Amino acid sequence: MQRLKAQLYQLSYLFLPLSVLVLLIVINLIKGADYFSITMVKGAFYGEIPNILFGASELVILSIGMTLVTAASQGQDIGIGASATITSAVFVLFVLNAGAVNLWTIVLTIVAGFLLSCMAGLVVGAFNGILVSVFKVQPMVATLILFMGGRSIAFMIDGKVSPILANPISNQIGTVINFTINNSKYVVPIQTPIILTAIFIVIVAVVLKKTNLRLYVESVGINPSAARLNGINPKKIIFLTFLIMGVCTAVAGFIAVNKAGRHDSVNLLKFIMMDAILAVAIGGNALSGGKFSITGSIIGAYTIEMLNRTLLRLEVEPAMIKAFKAVFIIILMVIASPVVRVFAKKVLYKAQTIVAGVTVRKTGGPNNAVVSDTDTSGKKEE
Amino acid sequence: MSENILKMEGICKSFPGVKALGNVDFALRKGEIHSLMGENGAGKSTLIKVITGVYEKDAGRITLNGKLIHFKSPQEAQNMGIGTVYQEITLCPNLTVAENMFIGRGRNPFVQWKQMNEKATQLLNSLGIPARPTQELSSCSLAVQQMIAIARAVDMDCKILILDEPTSSLDEDEVNTLFELMRELKARGVGIIFITHFIEQVYKISDRITVLRNGELIGEYETSSLPQIELISKMMGKALDDEAKIKKHVPQKSDSSVPVFEAAALSSATGVRPFDFTIHKGEVNGFAGLIGSGRSESARAIFAADKVTGGEVKMKGKRVKIKAPLNAMKQGIGYLPEDRKGDGIIAELSVRDNIILALQVMKGFFKPFSRKQAEEFADEYIKKLKIKTPSTNTQIKSLSGGNQQKVILARWLLTHPEYLILDEPTRGIDVGTKVEIQKLVLKLAEDGMSLTFISSEIDEMLRTCSRLIVMKDREIVGELSGMNLTEHDVMHVIAQGGE
Amino acid sequence: MGSMNTIKPKTRLSNSNLLFIIAGVIFVLMYGFALISFPGSFMQFQTFFDLFNLNAALIIMTLGLCIVMIVGGIDISIGAVCGLVTMACAMLLESKMGNVWGALLLALGIGIAFGVLQGYLIAYLEIQPFIITLAGLFLAQGLLTTIHKDPINVTMPAFVSLRDFKIVIPWLGTQNRLGNFIPCEIKPGVIVVVALVVLLAALMKWSRFGRNVYAVGGNSQSAMMLGINVKRTIFFTYVICGLTAGISGFVFIMTTGAGNIGNGALFEIKAIASNVIGGTLLNGGVGNLLGSPIGALTLLVINELIRAAGVQSNFQAIVSGLLLYLFIVLQSVVMSLRDRRKFKLALPPWLRLPGKKKAGNQE
Repeated sequence: MQRLKAQLYQLSYLFLPLSVLVLLIVINLIKGADYFSITMVKGAFYGEIPNILFGASELVILSIGMTLVTAASQGQDIGIGASATITSAVFVLFVLNAGAVNLWTIVLTIVAGFLLSCMAGLVVGAFNGILVSVFKVQPMVATLILFMGGRSIAFMIDGKVSPILANPISNQIGTVINFTINNSKYVVPIQTPIILTAIFIVIVAVVLKKTNLRLYVESVGINPSAARLNGINPKKIIFLTFLIMGVCTAVAGFIAVNKAGRHDSVNLLKFIMMDAILAVAIGGNALSGGKFSITGSIIGAYTIEMLNRTLLRLEVEPAMIKAFKAVFIIILMVIASPVVRVFAKKVLYKAQTIVAGVTVRKTGGPNNAVVSDTDTSGKKEE
Repeated sequence: MSENILKMEGICKSFPGVKALGNVDFALRKGEIHSLMGENGAGKSTLIKVITGVYEKDAGRITLNGKLIHFKSPQEAQNMGIGTVYQEITLCPNLTVAENMFIGRGRNPFVQWKQMNEKATQLLNSLGIPARPTQELSSCSLAVQQMIAIARAVDMDCKILILDEPTSSLDEDEVNTLFELMRELKARGVGIIFITHFIEQVYKISDRITVLRNGELIGEYETSSLPQIELISKMMGKALDDEAKIKKHVPQKSDSSVPVFEAAALSSATGVRPFDFTIHKGEVNGFAGLIGSGRSESARAIFAADKVTGGEVKMKGKRVKIKAPLNAMKQGIGYLPEDRKGDGIIAELSVRDNIILALQVMKGFFKPFSRKQAEEFADEYIKKLKIKTPSTNTQIKSLSGGNQQKVILARWLLTHPEYLILDEPTRGIDVGTKVEIQKLVLKLAEDGMSLTFISSEIDEMLRTCSRLIVMKDREIVGELSGMNLTEHDVMHVIAQGGE
Repeated sequence: MGSMNTIKPKTRLSNSNLLFIIAGVIFVLMYGFALISFPGSFMQFQTFFDLFNLNAALIIMTLGLCIVMIVGGIDISIGAVCGLVTMACAMLLESKMGNVWGALLLALGIGIAFGVLQGYLIAYLEIQPFIITLAGLFLAQGLLTTIHKDPINVTMPAFVSLRDFKIVIPWLGTQNRLGNFIPCEIKPGVIVVVALVVLLAALMKWSRFGRNVYAVGGNSQSAMMLGINVKRTIFFTYVICGLTAGISGFVFIMTTGAGNIGNGALFEIKAIASNVIGGTLLNGGVGNLLGSPIGALTLLVINELIRAAGVQSNFQAIVSGLLLYLFIVLQSVVMSLRDRRKFKLALPPWLRLPGKKKAGNQE
């Protein structure tokens, strides 16, 4: 019974994203009952569901990074689009200059290019990480630098053009893997980005299981001074989350540029930071840091993708969608704001006292009682 | 004998579950400096907040110049002539001196600089404050800033001036300057309530002293007829009989060879004077002293919880570098912090995670305990320390204070430290748990652990410690050891120290 | 009176004034440098006036932002609001009901609406200004592209005459290539700038509200204890900022005559940089409204220099950003030298991490 309760408790964290998801599914089904139909086109799955999975690949990866950054440093990284643009510019530059022709050398250069872009991601992450952990700049403002100037830097790396990335392997990374053996064509029915995202998720899950990342990040996010007194170095942890975010942007940029076939530093993953923040918030994670749920963020990411598509399907102007999202973020912020929280607590407390009648605490006498923070907010104790 | 400006009778104030003030009387005469003293949780702050209208009292009466009053807001109190100057300067550093004196008052939508500066000059001169009205406040020293805050209160025609810890950040000369100003105001008939932890200052400046303890009035005394040692004894008071059940005194077997931990000229960024400290295996020592005397700061310096600015430490005779808590932990030192809520618990994490945290960090980033292992540890200590929690998964913030404290204790015991520092382990918890903890301390010492036990309840330390280091006003003033230590001995050392 | 030490210290310059003077000096230096390097263009008076003529909108929004920054906040939506206003006014003017006064009211209305909404969320609900105004930026951009995607050239006669209106200064002028003397001209936008500078500077120096703004920016906790209504003060700074953003939108379209999606883009970072260069500390509490136009002019001169040197305009945003960081460091150095403190990067409250608890418990 205890275990069941514990499991239900865990699931309750996912209540928010799941309910929004359900709502969207319902709306879509109303619009057209063939929502869940999946067909095969050219040997690969096609339909609304695969499209959502395909379209959200980069978002999922970025949301995972954003979750960690938010959890540890209580802020958000708004430069992820620009960072991804920079790392993918590095990748494209390398691949194009390597000039490989043979199929296997192409694969090699792509792999090497990918690793190179990951290193670029680490550099970008370190840049942000130092500003936040050492100079104590708020994450949103520290990452503003890349937000404003990152794309120009990528443009310069591109040589001031939008280079085209067209080689058979990139094509396959962007769509589906296919190969011919003995004159029979074989196509992997699941699109490659979906597979890559799944691999990434697995890696993340392994890391969380095999290291203390979760414990450290949550401790630092909830109470950095207590974390310090237990031997954790909050600066290092915050720095680490930004490094991870950097790698996430590299992977996301890699997928995006291979999908698009060319590197457009102006439009690549534009405004994805809003979606990522929303995904994290919808995933049930507090934007003020602390405990986090990667699963929630992943579901949140797919939910946002579905939201985007639903809005388009309902023929909402694409330009308006941005406005909608802005309003939505504002609403989320309002709900999460300290003033509203205190108000909600008061209302809840009043409701509790009315229901309970007499406030007798079960555990021990007067010395055990909790004094509400609002009363003894004086900094010095008596 | 001048009449009372302020008279408070039978003041009671409670918060959900906590009685902050019970039947407290307080009287302030015209032109007197009256010190309000008391330990942590004594109720000083609450009393002041009742006077200044921040809190509404539950019972009792307050009369101002004979008239019954009932403040509903701080604004009202201010209008009735009660001015407060807080420990942290509540002025704006970027405004001029004159502006700071007059801003926020008056309804004129326009600022008349010339008039304001003239008025300010008059005021500054009359109080002898060395500052110009057009000076930016941040260019004045802290002491002068304090005086400007007082000048503002005076100009608002305050009859009662409350000074809350005004001297904490001042050096000796600045304190004297402040006292001059206070005497000037006294001569003008202002009644001053002076709150401080510095005993010497109390004896220097105040006419009367009121002592509170645990929300109760202990007494009101003329300064000249109250010897220091009596004051200290009244502030510390007596603890409950229940704790007498603990074994009276245990002769600790001190290994007289190499001490477990040794510090020489250790100082930290918190302003504690460089101190030496040694502790041997199986020894329990305590830091005794009043609040503000620097006990916690010293303990934290040992653990490197604050930035260490000087000195060297040795662990079992070997010189070691302890720059951060992790170093201390790896050397076998543990630290239970004074502020349980702010520095101890990680509120939204489970009981299990809170218990294994320190040991886990010591083990390293890449070696997480398996869920099973963590559960075992948690269960072991839940049983050992009798922690009341619905499950190991419960968030620690839902536990009572006493049980939270036990979890933090479990956390450090799990690391099997050689030297464990407990800073106020019994504060804010029920009597039963207090007894348990003290018994536990003795048992651990018996089994060979060295402990430092810091408590505001001197009885607890007397019961458990074989050696007491006495601190006063942020430095060590003496050391007591022996079989039959009494409170009196401690208070004696405090009273005499620093002279 | 007593044995008190009544030797009064010499009054030193206030921080605000010091930074203002530094800003002025730097501007003169920059302009002097420009005069020397490119005498051809910079020697002409028209160039100086053009700095105002063409950039009136930027300077106006900088003024409102200055007030918000002094109170310790930030508003990064102003550029987008400006752009939104230009498009909205253009649409109104080109429609049958359009008239100039209506457009002006619309501009003010939009500006105030953003100011009120953002001000309320920031001041009363205590949400971080950065997030709110970032959302405001996206909201304004979204609305902008929604209401009309293509540029609208305003052809309404009354407006066109307003746009073409200029004040001619007969005795100052330049010789153009044909040898004709062309007197200097000042566009109406400049008049708005001057009026606003005078008005707002007076507000900040001589009104209770203005001093309250400084107080809240210096130490909002203290300000509250001193009896100032902090929330209301903060609220109104955002309203003023929104208002100036609206006015700047109107002036913008008055200068260029067209509503365009790109209008006002990246203005906010230029505005922030202008304020910082002009002597407003990011920390809050320190700043001089008169410094903002000077800072803006300095920034513009530097941009001109860079452009004349052949660098792409693409980089103007990066240049502004770099200047901004340079000046923040400079200010921090100056401040810490003044107070003989350890060097601390002067960062405002909305920039810092929300510190839950400081290590180092006081007993």
